[in-house]
Amino acid sequence: MSLEQALSKGKFVITAEVGPPKGVDIEEMLEDAELMRGRVDGVNVTDQQSSVMRLGSLAACHLLKQRGLEPIYQVTCRDRNRIALQSDLLSAYVLGIENVLCLTGDYVSLGDHPDAEPVFDLDSVSLLQAAKALQQGKDLAMKELKGSPRFFLGAVVTPGADPLEPQLIKMEKKVKAGAQFFQTQAIYEPERFEQFMQAVNHLKVPVLVGIILLRSAAMARFMNKNVAGVHVPESLIEEMDQAEDKAKKGIEIAARLIRDMKGTCQGVHIMAIGLEKRVPAILDAAGL
Amino acid sequence: MLVSELKPFEDILEYLDGEKNVFLVGCKGCAEACQTGGEAQVLEMKQKLEEEEKAITGYTIIDFACEKALVASKLRGHWSEVMDADSLLVMSCGIGVQATSAVIDKVVHPACNTISLGGAVGTWPGSERCRQCGDCVLDLTAGICPLTACTKGLLNGPCGGAKDGKCEFEPEVRDCGWHLIYERLKKLGQLDKMREIAPLKDRSKMQPPKHLRSTIMWALEQEEREVAPR
Repeated sequence: MSLEQALSKGKFVITAEVGPPKGVDIEEMLEDAELMRGRVDGVNVTDQQSSVMRLGSLAACHLLKQRGLEPIYQVTCRDRNRIALQSDLLSAYVLGIENVLCLTGDYVSLGDHPDAEPVFDLDSVSLLQAAKALQQGKDLAMKELKGSPRFFLGAVVTPGADPLEPQLIKMEKKVKAGAQFFQTQAIYEPERFEQFMQAVNHLKVPVLVGIILLRSAAMARFMNKNVAGVHVPESLIEEMDQAEDKAKKGIEIAARLIRDMKGTCQGVHIMAIGLEKRVPAILDAAGL
Repeated sequence: MLVSELKPFEDILEYLDGEKNVFLVGCKGCAEACQTGGEAQVLEMKQKLEEEEKAITGYTIIDFACEKALVASKLRGHWSEVMDADSLLVMSCGIGVQATSAVIDKVVHPACNTISLGGAVGTWPGSERCRQCGDCVLDLTAGICPLTACTKGLLNGPCGGAKDGKCEFEPEVRDCGWHLIYERLKKLGQLDKMREIAPLKDRSKMQPPKHLRSTIMWALEQEEREVAPR
């Protein structure tokens, strides 16, 4: 079943992400993806996450698709102009990839090639517009296509942003531009997430709440200090700090958050960031 | 010298839609040299706007509208006229528009598209930057340029990388441009401008026409054109 079908049937959907390797040894990535088989409704493949040069998400999505998994192709505007982005979208479609997550992308300075040219010819909103135009048989230059693709278009939002209003305004623009589902930045405060969901209720668009698996108290503190829009409350940091088995505790917290937020949204998006092998355990603990 | 051209008059009227009283700001620096913001053009604009039933509360022409301190002191000399206006229409390059916006809590509209910075530069800017995109969007963004204030040059709002109003690039020193734009739009009661999806940027306008690559040549041609009819 496709991600779109799962959402339209009203199933509480599960997605998780895998990161392509820096190099061509794809074994571990495929192993991680294999663990998700039968457990998730879609596997996100990151597009050179944190601006670190890696194997491309399009090729990795193709590999997953060949193996009968349901990839979600993440596309950022950081490295490619509107010509390349539109072409990559067409390429994705002919390879059978229909789920596309449109993002702006991190700035180049965050990665391992800080001296690279940042492109950002389009942004997340205009990339969605481009994908929508292609579906309607025209490109951004209004030129007719020979056969048009069909996508299930996703976008992202940060429910923990402060102030939240600019995020809400942009989310609304993304819906207008063509976004059909949202995956969120990680959020560790169910009450705050519920307020966010109330604020976006009128958009009538499915939202998959983002969960980043905690590995230690230090990691939580690091995210609080450095990752925009992510806030791990002190009580959770303490729990991690005092736990003897950090791996087990991280899984327990993730599962608890999923259970607490399950009722307010349409699905969950798990970002294990290198600990993909723990995803099945999180799902088991969450009763999914 | 910085080369700008007046925006189409219809665009300017659209910016001023719903506003009655307008204060005009011209520039005696580069804008006068390229005949978009000198006294003659300001007076011409005044007349055209009056024909459209706008009330011009006053005008001033600044030596280098790109310099905030000069803009502030000039505007102080016309304080009541400025305060009576719904908005200010700035007939200069993008830096002048931003400098004006930076010194007064009033809506500021750009009257020009900035095409090229080149040749003998007469600009005297502070922190404001103009990318000479040839299609000024400052009207949509509360007089703060998203191409230069946002590190990624985004046109539709902030990315997810801003934290506490700071950019993910150099967060110790760099403000998130869209945070500044959002705060100012909110202050001016113009948040709806942020809800509009920005038109796709025509990057070809960033390439100045060949004859403008050398602005000295351009100035000479301009001079010849003026002399010729006499």
